[in-house]
Amino acid sequence: MTEETGRYPLRLEGDGVPMVRFQKVTKRYGPLVVLDELDLDVAPGEMVTIIGPSGSGKTTVLRMLMTLETIDGGVIYVDGEPLTHMVRNQGLVPANSAHTRRMRSKIGMCFQHFNLFPHMTALGNCMEGPVQVLKLSRKEAEERSMELLEMVGMADKRDEHPSRLSGGQQQRVAIARALAMRPRIMLFDEVTSALDPEVISEVTSVIRRLVSTHNLTMLMVTHQMGFAREISDRVCFFFNGSIEEQGPPAELFEAPGRERTRQFLNAVLEAN
Amino acid sequence: MIEWQWGLVWELAPRFVDATGKTLFAAGGGYGIAVVLGLVFLAMQRVPLPAVRVATREFVELIRSTPLLLQIFFVYYVGPQFGLILAPWTAGLIAIGVHYGAYLSEVYRGGIESVPKGQWEAARAINLPTVTAYRRIVLPQALPPAIAGMGNYLVGIFKDTPMLSVIGVAELMHTATTIGAESYRYLEPYTMVGAIFLAISLPAAFCVNAFEKWVRRKLGMAK
Ligand SMILES: Nc1ncnc2c1ncn2[C@@H]1O[C@H](COP(=O)(O)OP(=O)(O)OP(=O)(O)O)[C@@H](O)[C@H]1O
Ligand SMILES: [Mg+2]
Repeated sequence: MTEETGRYPLRLEGDGVPMVRFQKVTKRYGPLVVLDELDLDVAPGEMVTIIGPSGSGKTTVLRMLMTLETIDGGVIYVDGEPLTHMVRNQGLVPANSAHTRRMRSKIGMCFQHFNLFPHMTALGNCMEGPVQVLKLSRKEAEERSMELLEMVGMADKRDEHPSRLSGGQQQRVAIARALAMRPRIMLFDEVTSALDPEVISEVTSVIRRLVSTHNLTMLMVTHQMGFAREISDRVCFFFNGSIEEQGPPAELFEAPGRERTRQFLNAVLEAN
Repeated sequence: MIEWQWGLVWELAPRFVDATGKTLFAAGGGYGIAVVLGLVFLAMQRVPLPAVRVATREFVELIRSTPLLLQIFFVYYVGPQFGLILAPWTAGLIAIGVHYGAYLSEVYRGGIESVPKGQWEAARAINLPTVTAYRRIVLPQALPPAIAGMGNYLVGIFKDTPMLSVIGVAELMHTATTIGAESYRYLEPYTMVGAIFLAISLPAAFCVNAFEKWVRRKLGMAK
């Protein structure tokens, strides 16, 4: 691994260091190559949306960045530092758990199925990380969490358990829970896919607010082309584990340059 | 035709009260050991040392695939040949504790595996250390599904205590057999043993059920 990663910089320096860099990142499940030497940069404060057919590796990109998956080749950098690796003796070696935990603190994620902790209230879910990981006092953690629950419009449900909340409400709590850790990068994996159509806007309006008021770097996987087009700085079309085409939303949606992109967009349009 | 003698029942009652106490002690003590050993077996199957994991796994499998009676004999009769001399009570509690510990470790494992993967991932995403994720997120959710299994084995261990009679532990079965040998009356003593087991097992099963519901409610996870 050390030799193989010899051609990767130990850290990224100079002007315009990306917040996230995938450099020749490969991910395999057995014989199946899910990401094939993927290169992707995301600038600080940028909102990048990933679209593409099922199985093209969109979720895998987010999960690798959240360190929920191991890496089979290449290096991921976050904020200039290697995420999947660490520096030892002037070389990169696979990250140990201390390094992983330190780097992971910069990243937050929301899941398609919310994954709230069912035995805790909405407030309890938000306070868990600040109390257990950031070691804030309960009072500080509660203040911070209430501020965020307020922001997502869930302050009045602070004492409810997830089983008593609708999908849209659960997802908003999940967003507050992730933000309570003050990440610099937020990942959204199809956060509206499990929702009834009439509550989707509850969640998209929260994300819209985040984009306009927070200086977060965001990566979002979605099948909602309208929403992607409206809020993204850049859209990446994934196909078979690599980026087939990317660009500003107006360009990519109006005048896709590649045949596969056109086919995908047409298919999605027809489905809606 | 042999006749049921109520007089004998009253006469024997004090001895059965005493034996019931001993049976409950054997079941409770054995269960206490099993609950803790189950956790130890579980933890040893999750340490990052493959040799320990495999050895524990094999041991648990061995215990689960051989009869409890054999294990009781082993501890009590084979132990002394290796210099391990134990009183019947001690040997009995160890055997029953290890036996049910093996089963309970599987119950715990089932409980933990019933917690969806997404819970681990959410814990990871807010950067909880593994031990904290177990303590705060996974174990509380593994508890309600494990309670049903734990309750079944509590009743099971109670019903298995008669096996301790074979090494001379004076629990209910042993008492009934002794009485039979003294008085040549078997109908009343064994019927009384049956009645006592029934009178304790049924409410116990009911309580376990109620307890599971109560825990679910406490955790806000009522179905
Ligand atoms: N744990 C796993 N084991 C084996 N294969 C996996 C695993 N996770 C994902 N895959 C495979 O990797 C490929 C990419 O999966 P991924 O979840 O990234 O796709 P996706 O683009 O998010 O698709 P979708 O739109 O359906 O969510 C798929 O072919 C999937 O079957
Ligand atoms: Mg996906």
